[in-house]
Amino acid sequence: MSEPLVRLDNVRFAYGERTILRDISLTIPRGKVVAIMGGSGCGKTTLLRLIGGQEHAVSGQVTVDGQDVAGLNRADLYALRRRMGMLFQFGALFTDMTVFDNVAFPLREHTDLPPELINDLVMMKLHAVGLRGAAKLMPGELSGGMARRVALARTIALDPMLLMYDEPFTGLDPISLGVIGQLIRRLNNALGASSVIVTHDIQESLLIVDYIYFISEGRVVAEGTPDEIRNTTDPFVYQFVHAEADGPVPFHYPADDYATALTGGPA
Amino acid sequence: MGGVLRKLGSMAIDGVWQLGFIARFFWLILRYSGQSFTRLHLTLRELYFSGVMSLLIILVSGLFVGLVLGLQGYETLQRYGASDSLGTLVALSLVRELGPVVAGLLFASRAGSAVTAEIGLMKVTEQLKAMDMMAVSPIARVVAPRFWGGVISMPLLAALFSAMGVFGGWLIGVVFIGVDNGAFWSQMQAAVDFRYDVLNGVIKSAVFGVAVALIAVFEGYDCVPTAEGVSRAITRTVVSSALAILAIDFVMTSFMFRGL
Repeated sequence: MSEPLVRLDNVRFAYGERTILRDISLTIPRGKVVAIMGGSGCGKTTLLRLIGGQEHAVSGQVTVDGQDVAGLNRADLYALRRRMGMLFQFGALFTDMTVFDNVAFPLREHTDLPPELINDLVMMKLHAVGLRGAAKLMPGELSGGMARRVALARTIALDPMLLMYDEPFTGLDPISLGVIGQLIRRLNNALGASSVIVTHDIQESLLIVDYIYFISEGRVVAEGTPDEIRNTTDPFVYQFVHAEADGPVPFHYPADDYATALTGGPA
Repeated sequence: MGGVLRKLGSMAIDGVWQLGFIARFFWLILRYSGQSFTRLHLTLRELYFSGVMSLLIILVSGLFVGLVLGLQGYETLQRYGASDSLGTLVALSLVRELGPVVAGLLFASRAGSAVTAEIGLMKVTEQLKAMDMMAVSPIARVVAPRFWGGVISMPLLAALFSAMGVFGGWLIGVVFIGVDNGAFWSQMQAAVDFRYDVLNGVIKSAVFGVAVALIAVFEGYDCVPTAEGVSRAITRTVVSSALAILAIDFVMTSFMFRGL
């Protein structure tokens, strides 16, 4: 079996005194789509930032394609990022550029290709996400789902080896959600890339991913293939998959005893 | 007492940290400036937004300042029978002080605030992060062109402000009040020295340009990425720029025009 594309070994990360990730070890195998799941604020997005080298672990190691991300200088990190693509939660399209220019941006910045070739490449990428006809529109004229697809076209402009998705399904209607989900899977296979999706949309993820990690309180608490996750008896995963209000993740924020509070006890 | 001292100490340390950040940021802008000049269209675009788009407010304000200078100057000079020196008074006031300072304050309000808002909103909408993840430095692509756009625009705008002001002074003094046209221009020509007055004014406006542009891009880049954070950053840009312009003006004036 080949070396995984991404490997996190005993990673700990904190913002000042606040520990976000305690001890995370996971791998993203080559050619696979892996989902990282967990409640809001559990450190999922931080994981992507660690893989992309935008943050550095307090301890432990993050390796991408055999390179220790924290040990890279700026030039080497940028060289590595040229082989990565990241889709941000709301697309992060450049609002002063047309859809065409947004997708052309990485090509113009990193290649010396003639304008005719860039035109063809951009149109191919836009065609892949079904938005060739929207090339001349400005980002403000797009719906949320369309903006996400344009951002996806921009993400794959340089045919990256690793695709990272930060909450790609947030705020989308069911049709757009299905479209994005299928695009993630299809593009991964077509590009021969590896993908990591950070999300809490369990139902959509179970349809398209190869493996799932669950994170809670800064640790990996469960992992498995979609079939294993569907049939799990793990209380945390069960609560997550079945969207139950109470369970290992409590409904109530920690507070004093309710009866005591109502009868005039300490607030 | 101890608490007040601690607070003062903490404020001083924060201030020094902030200065350090700005100095480091300035160094990064200079380091990445080469890229913004090799891709000249980026800087030219910012020149248009900061410079050309500020023309209206600069020209109209320059005209009004010149009109007022003409009225006030004539009113004072005629008491001493020196109303022929109106051209000198208007021109020296404008090229030495009012041109660079007022144009700088207007530039900070019009272009500086816009630059801070634009960079701040790019930060809020993760455009800067996205650029960085695409291995494109936001300092080179976004910050440096806006910085140079401001630095180049400022002396040109100050010059236009002064020119418009002189025109306003002439309009009031010569056309409406009846000061002799020949005396107005010849006294101005004789009294205004190119190196001592005009060049020093240009140097001032260039330094104000660096200060305002640096404050504007820094505040945008450093803002808290929320709606409130951007709004505070814009306020800080206008207030800090105004204070910086006035303080630097005093220091530069005391070195340039000692009259000793």
